[in-house]
Amino acid sequence: MDMKNLREYLGWLYYQYLLITSIYVLEPWEQSIFNTVLFTMVAMVIYTSYVFVPIHVRLALEFFSGLCGEQPESTVALMN
Amino acid sequence: MTESSTIMLLNGENCLRAVNGRKTDKNGFVKNHCLFQQQQQKYRRPKENHNIWHNGGLYKKPFVESFEETPLLVAVLTYMGYGILTIFGYLRDFLRNWKFEKCHVATEREEQKDFVPLYQDFENFYTRNLYMRIRDNWNRPICSVPGAKMDLVERATHDYNWTFEHTGKVVKDVINMGSYNYLGFAENTGLCADAATECTVKYGVAVCSSRHEMGNFDIHEELEQLVARFLGVESAMTFGMGFATNSMNIPALAGKGCLILSDELNHASLVLGARLSGSTIRVFKHNNMQSLEKLLRDAIVHGQPRTHRPWKKILILVEGIYSMEGSIVRLPEVIALKKKYKAYLYLDEAHSIGALGPGGRGVVDYFGLDPRDVDIMMGTFTKSFGAAGGYIGGKKELIDYLRTHSHSTVYATSMSPPVAQQIITSMRCIMGEDGTTLGQERLRKLSENTTYFRKRLRDMGFIIYGNNDSPVVPLMLYMPAKIGAFGREMLKRNIGTVVVGFPATPIIESRARFCVSAAHTREMLDTALNAISEVGDLLQLKYSRHRIPTS
Repeated sequence: MDMKNLREYLGWLYYQYLLITSIYVLEPWEQSIFNTVLFTMVAMVIYTSYVFVPIHVRLALEFFSGLCGEQPESTVALMN
Repeated sequence: MTESSTIMLLNGENCLRAVNGRKTDKNGFVKNHCLFQQQQQKYRRPKENHNIWHNGGLYKKPFVESFEETPLLVAVLTYMGYGILTIFGYLRDFLRNWKFEKCHVATEREEQKDFVPLYQDFENFYTRNLYMRIRDNWNRPICSVPGAKMDLVERATHDYNWTFEHTGKVVKDVINMGSYNYLGFAENTGLCADAATECTVKYGVAVCSSRHEMGNFDIHEELEQLVARFLGVESAMTFGMGFATNSMNIPALAGKGCLILSDELNHASLVLGARLSGSTIRVFKHNNMQSLEKLLRDAIVHGQPRTHRPWKKILILVEGIYSMEGSIVRLPEVIALKKKYKAYLYLDEAHSIGALGPGGRGVVDYFGLDPRDVDIMMGTFTKSFGAAGGYIGGKKELIDYLRTHSHSTVYATSMSPPVAQQIITSMRCIMGEDGTTLGQERLRKLSENTTYFRKRLRDMGFIIYGNNDSPVVPLMLYMPAKIGAFGREMLKRNIGTVVVGFPATPIIESRARFCVSAAHTREMLDTALNAISEVGDLLQLKYSRHRIPTS
């Protein structure tokens, strides 16, 4: 009966989402509009983060490690 | 110490100043003569305002009130919810305006379209776009006596609450947690109902005149003497409608050149009466004695606004129990202030008469004070006596003056005779004059039910406002969708509740308001409490951060 419990739990979660965003009081077509818009925005955020976050993280790491890496090299050069 | 740190009240009680150990300065005057100083709290408790006030003998028992603060996350989510609803409201208004959608709201005629708008203005925005969507929680038709259990007419709506139709079925035995039936006198059998029936047979139902002209019956005189005896005042006067008692009599008592100090959360009838009177109105913070004292001192020192003449009279308007908060007025302190600054006190006991105090005589009885200290005692018969109408009690000169000068006596119809008889019988029952102990039992049952109900709700983890002894119990809901959801879910479980939202309460503090009654048995309260707990878990309403884990 785990599927049944899981479905009930998901139904309850959806009900909480309806209550917290106050979509509960709206008519069904308004609820669909809001759900569509929200889902589209969340999908766009996920897509953007999937495409761009690894690249940005890698560039940031390179930038910072480059910064920390340069300093000891230049002092060694001066010493010599 | 010579600058006396105590003041003598008229009844001989000593009231210690809450300021301790103030030294005098060079002139020999104590700098600050305020009666009630703000207590300098060492530890600020951010969450709760638990006032147990033992102020030098003014209070004979602890005064425990709590108004827990709104949790921050809940407040943010509530604002977000209202924001989303506002956006959708604009969308629907746009569609209605451009005729994409049929407009159910009243609109002007074609010829008047260019005039100043009569209906579609911003004040109705909230009504059109939120209230209408959850309107099925209000105005439910009741088809039986509103006692502890009642019958509701079932309604269905096909166009989202713009119109309703009756399905023909009746929802039976709904537990009534919303009626102001504190002592359970709303019944159609028993002593009161029989007496009212006899009275109808004798007098009929109509009065057909105002009190001044031909509407003064002997039953009204009997009722007024009984009310005066019940309250412990010299004389009393009754009116046909409770709202009208306030709004029509305050103009007779105060006028131009008078000052009215009214509590922040006073009822609409008091506000209307104060505005109609034409006096200057100043508002003090709810139940806050420091704020009231500051206003009194400013009024006496500065006088009227431009001329600085002294005020003709200063009238303080307070209520016994505030029905939206469940709080009880701090009457001993108000009376001490009134005596010190020589102001008059108007006490509106609409919810507290019959419901508080060991003898049911109201908030004056509850604190054990002298009724002669309150200048004007006003109340209604709607709540605890199961009837309709209002009364004003006080000194004989005051009541004689009101008999001639009140708008209500001259223009409004007086009380209907069966209603007056119902009040007479129920009042006699409460006072014990009919020979039975029924009144005492009801009072005891009400106070037991109140304590039990409040304690159980607090233990479950809900945020409950108000004083521990008040039979009005507001339970906080906060989010707009939960207002509608709570009302509907409770009705599904056969319990009728009252939910309140924006204009009556601040915008984020919407609540469900329960009224405990002496007619509720322990089983009914348990059923109701189980249902409330279930709905609370379903809707996630248990916000309180002081939860005592149940063993």
